[in-house]
Amino acid sequence: MSTLASLAGSAPKRVLPGFGLSLGISLTFVSLVLLLPLTGLFGQLAGVSLAEYWAIVTDGRVVASYLVTIGAAAVAALANAVFGLLLAWVLVRYDFPGKRLLDALMDLPFALPTAVAGITLATLYSSNGWMGGLLAPLGLEVAYTWVGIALAMAFTSIPFVVRTVQPVLEDMPHEVDEAAMTLGARDGVAFRRVILPHLWPALVTGTGLAFVRSLGEFGAIIFIAGNTPYETEITALMIFVRLQEYDYAGASAIASVVLAVSLLLLLAINVWQGRFVRRLHGGNG
Amino acid sequence: MSIRLHNVAKTFGKPGRQTRALEPVNLDIHDGELVGLLGPSGSGKTTLLRIIAGLESADREPAGRILFGDRDVTQVHVRDRRIGFVFQHYALFRHMTVFDNVAFGLTVLPRKSRPSSGEIRARVLRLLEMVQLEAFASRYPAQLSGGQQQRVSLARALALRPDVLLLDEPFGALDAKVRQELRRWLRHLHDELNFTSVFVTHDQEEALELSDRVVVMSNGRIEQIDAPDTLYRAPANRFVFEFLGDVNHLEGEVRNGVLTCGDARLAVELPDGPEELLLRPHEVRLTEAPNAEAHLPVTVTAISPVGAEVRVELEADWLAKPWLATVRHADFERLELARGQRLFAVPRRWHRFPENRDAATHRTSEAIS
Repeated sequence: MSTLASLAGSAPKRVLPGFGLSLGISLTFVSLVLLLPLTGLFGQLAGVSLAEYWAIVTDGRVVASYLVTIGAAAVAALANAVFGLLLAWVLVRYDFPGKRLLDALMDLPFALPTAVAGITLATLYSSNGWMGGLLAPLGLEVAYTWVGIALAMAFTSIPFVVRTVQPVLEDMPHEVDEAAMTLGARDGVAFRRVILPHLWPALVTGTGLAFVRSLGEFGAIIFIAGNTPYETEITALMIFVRLQEYDYAGASAIASVVLAVSLLLLLAINVWQGRFVRRLHGGNG
Repeated sequence: MSIRLHNVAKTFGKPGRQTRALEPVNLDIHDGELVGLLGPSGSGKTTLLRIIAGLESADREPAGRILFGDRDVTQVHVRDRRIGFVFQHYALFRHMTVFDNVAFGLTVLPRKSRPSSGEIRARVLRLLEMVQLEAFASRYPAQLSGGQQQRVSLARALALRPDVLLLDEPFGALDAKVRQELRRWLRHLHDELNFTSVFVTHDQEEALELSDRVVVMSNGRIEQIDAPDTLYRAPANRFVFEFLGDVNHLEGEVRNGVLTCGDARLAVELPDGPEELLLRPHEVRLTEAPNAEAHLPVTVTAISPVGAEVRVELEADWLAKPWLATVRHADFERLELARGQRLFAVPRRWHRFPENRDAATHRTSEAIS
């Protein structure tokens, strides 16, 4: 709120120089890179009536794809929350040979083209791949099922959790868990009541980002998903299919739903986190 | 509860690249005592405190022992040692209110020994009253000043009624005035509740003011353990003497009972040979004329009135480093001290710490006063 007030020009002259210039450039950049394409997206919707829009976004096959996408993304995000937290913990709290390498590996899913990841996962988990061959006798099928979708999503989004939790964990003084120990707390209790609440905002943000990222993932999933209508089709694929049919309006309609869900989720996380952080910094965070 | 340490040592690092943080030490702390561990950084005082707490484990070789009263706690985990620990940077749980911070130790007790929530509430409020923070129970640590946060951390440490209270530079992060206040307040609290406490500090004044006994440490060794006044009057060695306050050096050659250094002379009853005498600033008296025993011409180079006394900096050709003398305001006015003035220094008392550690000499010149 205070930023808004100062934007209105009622604030006294600032000490820090360059506000006008830096904000101007930032806004221009945001407009060009983010807002312009988004406007284009909604522009495509202009030719669609409300009834048509509703018909497109509630089409049975599309609704099924929502459920597959959201379900798999939720599973992937939760798995990433657990393992990402563990990875961050291991990377921050312990010293072991190869720590640097593991730390660098964390960014690999970001660096790797997602299609490469998708093809790799698909070959690995298909019935004649290494992992697929191992799992098949156990009756577990990964490739071409929603498990495969979740796996691909988890692969591409794990850095979000690790990289948001890691710095917070690094900043957390050891003294805090030592204090809990001197007060008689068992390890589990100390973790649950002292360490986890500290990491909670970062963990939720990271998980949220991972979830939102998974909603939009395409390249990594498409090769492993199998793409059976009503079963293993993801929403991004539905958009892609519409585009191939030159049905730009239909593609935009479905995309707008994904966009709205992602945006709402990110906003909710931000608001919630702001409240939490304010408490830690004495009401003026 | 008394604390006894036998042969406790600590080595850090992997084999081959080890550093000895703590040489094997023995230490007896009596029941109800308030003991200060004093030393420069790297002297091993914090390591020693953390070993007492159980936050650090002592070396296996030599096998040391730590006893609280008759209880051998050497192998006891920190959470079962029944200690209270206060950290330099408070280490409060930032996501909990002041109340929840203080209550933490009580709420994590095993169910069967945990007091009822009403009782916890009463106890926490009593503790907060004791640290004069009852009005702040529902605040978060970030909303408190440093001094208040440290008081919360003290209340939190005392909530479980520990056998011993350990404080690691408890006032190190606070400003001078708050420090002074908290120091006095801790002393009162200690006298009232009568727990055994050990605190670490690098501030001599704090150690001397607060402790029943002070343990002076350097390089992982205990240099001296004594009551503050004994420590100040009869330091065991040169390190203790120099660490406890400002020191003036007088180096020279003794011949026939007279120490000579350039045109400075001082009568001493010492065998012939090179000598170094040490003097505290308040042990230097300034006069307008030399006397039979001391002829130490000096020039005043700086004067700063600090509190109850005036600090005067003195220089001379025969001095490698300037001397510091403290004079009373009355003397300051009588001598009409001014910068550039030439005067004579007369030692009231001097100290000498030859290489042989046990031969420390403290000599008072009775003739002059």
